[in-house]
Amino acid sequence: METVKVPGKINKHRVLLYAISTCAWCKRTKKFLKDSQIEYEYVDIDLCSREDREKIRADILSRGGRLSYPTVIVDDKALITGFKEDELKEVLEI
Amino acid sequence: MTTLDKVRQRAESDAKTHGYYLNPDPEFLKNLLEGLQKNEERYGYPSCPCRLASGKFEFDRDIICPCDYRDPDVEEYGYCYCALYVRKDVFEEKTSIAPIPERRPREKQTKAYAVPEETGAEKPSEKTSIVSEKPSKTRLKMWYCKQCGYVCFREEPPYVCPICKAKREMFAEITIRVSA
Repeated sequence: METVKVPGKINKHRVLLYAISTCAWCKRTKKFLKDSQIEYEYVDIDLCSREDREKIRADILSRGGRLSYPTVIVDDKALITGFKEDELKEVLEI
Repeated sequence: MTTLDKVRQRAESDAKTHGYYLNPDPEFLKNLLEGLQKNEERYGYPSCPCRLASGKFEFDRDIICPCDYRDPDVEEYGYCYCALYVRKDVFEEKTSIAPIPERRPREKQTKAYAVPEETGAEKPSEKTSIVSEKPSKTRLKMWYCKQCGYVCFREEPPYVCPICKAKREMFAEITIRVSA
């Protein structure tokens, strides 16, 4: 699965964002991460192949997440569903 | 192609009809309207910009904006799932907007990933005919609202009646029997 890498000064954590390209909440999340200078990678699931969609679906569910976007996974551990600025700040230590 | 102005006008008109408002944040609103425009362009119908559409009209029908879940979400939280439609207190920024849980049934969300793909998105036919031109994999049924008599033809009954706001449980299937 190909992800888009967004460079940033802060790369303490591995941040993966599952998003939908048309979603306003996902756009807000991308903007927040960029403005906070967080290095992250993302996948727009609506633009993916069926196989990749299936992989993302399985990945989110295996982590106990919900099929709702944005879904942010930090360090392969924390999973945040929806744009929750406070929770993101806490996990990302910013 | 549907212009952004047309998408905006349609949303404004629908909000007015139902006593709702559009999201008060101009940039957020623009993103939502552009998302709807994009979905209309690629699928042939304006499915919710914040949900994964399958590209199959019948399957996505419940998430075509305004979605089946808008009214109960606005009633419970003050805004719909994507936050395009908001209640007056939210519009006046007396209530803040934060993500809300997905009301679309989980089974339906999961299935959206497995809907068979065909060449190009299946768009709704502009022609109306009694006999389908090609056999459909989804089984459409006729449903009526026991409260107001509203009738629709779709795979499942709507989440709420678009006319009288009765809940899904108030819908019954119409079956036609022909006696010899």
